[in-house]
Amino acid sequence: MPESKALLQAIQAVDVPPVTLMEVCGTHTMAIAKAGLKPLLAPKVTLLSGPGCPVCVTPARDIDACLTLSARPDVILTSYGDMLRVPGSARGDSLLKRRALGADVRMVYSPMDAVEVARENPCKKIVFLGVGFETTAPGTAIAVQTAKESGVKNFYLLPMLKRLEPALRALAASADFAVDGLLCPGHVASILGENGFQYVARSLRLPAVIAGFETEDVLLAVYRLLLQIREGAPALENAYPRAVQREGNTLAMATVETVFTPCDSLWRGMGMIPQSGLALKEDYAAFDAIKALDVCFEEEKPSACRCGDVIRGALPPEKCPLFGVCTPEDPIGPCMVSGEGACAARYKYGGSV
Amino acid sequence: MNDVITMDHGSGGKKSASLVQEIFLPAFANDALNALGDGAVLEGGANLVMSTDSFVIAPRFFPGGDIGKLAVCGTVNDVCMAGGAPKYLSLGMILEEGLPLDELRSVAASIAKAANEANVQIVTGDTKVVERGKGDGLYINTAGIGFLRHPGLSRERMREGDAVIVSGFVGDHGAAVMLARAELGIKSSLCSDCAPLTAMCASLAACGEAVRVLRDPTRGGVATALNEFVEDTPLCIELTEDAIPIRAETQAGCDLLGLDPLYCANEGKLVAVVDKEKAEEALAAIRRAPYGENAAVIGTVSARSPGHVLLLTRAQGTRMLSKLTGAELPRIC
Amino acid sequence: MCLAIPLKLISVDGAQAVGEAAGLTRAVRVDFIKEPKVGDYVIVHAGFAIERLRKTEAEASLKAWREVADAGE
Repeated sequence: MPESKALLQAIQAVDVPPVTLMEVCGTHTMAIAKAGLKPLLAPKVTLLSGPGCPVCVTPARDIDACLTLSARPDVILTSYGDMLRVPGSARGDSLLKRRALGADVRMVYSPMDAVEVARENPCKKIVFLGVGFETTAPGTAIAVQTAKESGVKNFYLLPMLKRLEPALRALAASADFAVDGLLCPGHVASILGENGFQYVARSLRLPAVIAGFETEDVLLAVYRLLLQIREGAPALENAYPRAVQREGNTLAMATVETVFTPCDSLWRGMGMIPQSGLALKEDYAAFDAIKALDVCFEEEKPSACRCGDVIRGALPPEKCPLFGVCTPEDPIGPCMVSGEGACAARYKYGGSV
Repeated sequence: MNDVITMDHGSGGKKSASLVQEIFLPAFANDALNALGDGAVLEGGANLVMSTDSFVIAPRFFPGGDIGKLAVCGTVNDVCMAGGAPKYLSLGMILEEGLPLDELRSVAASIAKAANEANVQIVTGDTKVVERGKGDGLYINTAGIGFLRHPGLSRERMREGDAVIVSGFVGDHGAAVMLARAELGIKSSLCSDCAPLTAMCASLAACGEAVRVLRDPTRGGVATALNEFVEDTPLCIELTEDAIPIRAETQAGCDLLGLDPLYCANEGKLVAVVDKEKAEEALAAIRRAPYGENAAVIGTVSARSPGHVLLLTRAQGTRMLSKLTGAELPRIC
Repeated sequence: MCLAIPLKLISVDGAQAVGEAAGLTRAVRVDFIKEPKVGDYVIVHAGFAIERLRKTEAEASLKAWREVADAGE
């Protein structure tokens, strides 16, 4: 792979002081970890993992609500696999644990699979745990529409979808935000388009490059960010034009707008962020698990977890008072829940690699 | 005979005997088993190697094998990794009421075929039946006994500079079984690598002390097996990503499921740490044997990062491969 | 899941399609792809195609990598 080697040389040759860049997509985090890029870029470039792992940012009180639902004998919970291990507010309590104790919790790969489970089990109430960002929202919307149009009345969505922009604005507004540029998530940008990320450069005044997921895609985006930083001219660049258009996927965005409306939403480690979630519109209220099944959300319990600071780049993972008590096997915060989260990586790999 | 397992088949009475007489004896007949004693009296007097394993896989039939073949290969390979030449197997079966007898026959036939290839005899066995809903169709336990053929295999004997060899494509079993699960709706022609490694280990035994340690990287995959070699030692294993044989289809299947081939189970592969002076000889010995034609040297033992397994990536980066934490769950992102 | 590998559409029937990669096939919904056609490459997320890959742009990406790479050497 000669391109990646030469791209790395090009990055090292850009005349800028050491910088901190943030990626806000779980798939970027995985791609960077799998290619082992962090040690190759250090010390010139430090890569921080922002709030881009959808299951990790789901707050403990939402997980608690799922756990409570899973105990109902008339309910089958359907979920993406990586939600199953995320802990609620009680240590070690997760859907995986509840399943072992007899709850009917099923792993699905698409929201449409959950509609299918509902068709096959007409006597049960099927709840789909709708987590994810803008990439996941359109398909989730189609599942709700399909249930409505084909009269599947036992399908319910527990909406926990998140919108990236309000979270990034909240992060950037914090006093100790120490990030010099943003690797924008390529697939969220496939939906929102270049237009959906213009605010990063224009309003947040941050250099921003939309990046794909090959090693070279990531390195090219890092290189372009460095050039922007050197010139002191924040702009939005699209380094993933093969999958991202200027106006985005208008069909997908229209579907989301038909079914959902923005609402305030709680993020693990970051607190309540206005307009950062998606709620079902009134037309689809019959499919809203919160309303139809009387889902109650408790107050989020206070925690010593400092993931919010780690995500902002304001605190190194090992300085969190829970570091070591919170472990990849028995995680508390989102940065430890995700296998490649900042805390999990530091815990497993130390500072050495 | 009814065509499904009923509680009567576990009664210890005539129905139980009919299973033995009509299914198991014809499939596995040999002098030790035919005696139908409570235990088997076996020939042999060398140092013995023994291992046991239980098999609960779902689905029971998967591309490239079934629970029966797996139950033979799993235990046979464990005996092989400990340096034994496997000779005898016990076979314990837990059947769920309602299991179709045709399915049991089919599993028995596949056990017989795999045992024959691995050159082991089923010398004692047991069958229990549990009520419907109390088991998942069919569980199997096998224990294996072998005679020590390749003494001294131990991770204690690993040295800096040793070569790390894998005997072929990595991750096929785990990927094939995950893809075969109906709910995923993915169609593939990928097969499990499930196979007995008796002949391969016999071939490797000729390399004697140059072979430091062997392991079959089943659950947790190659990454986890290699971690077990170096953890709590001053040694490190450094792998070269480009050198690791992975089928394009296995990689694509793992990409579709959000898994990593290095953490997917193998059921017909071994990893070996070998004296670097004899690495080519050991590689040739593996390649000569059945199932070894795609073997490759994938890394070396060093002292760079004690207790860790490192992967030198295609981008020339370094990635630490930790042990698998918990079962692999497909990711949404 | 957010798949980094694109799938090639090998059949399309309304919003239902079948995608292929390295000999593996799986069902893909193409609700969000305008006029999906057999032979299109799509990015798939949680069972839905979220965008079609543009071939000319894919070649442009490769060119962009090389340009930076060449300049750096």
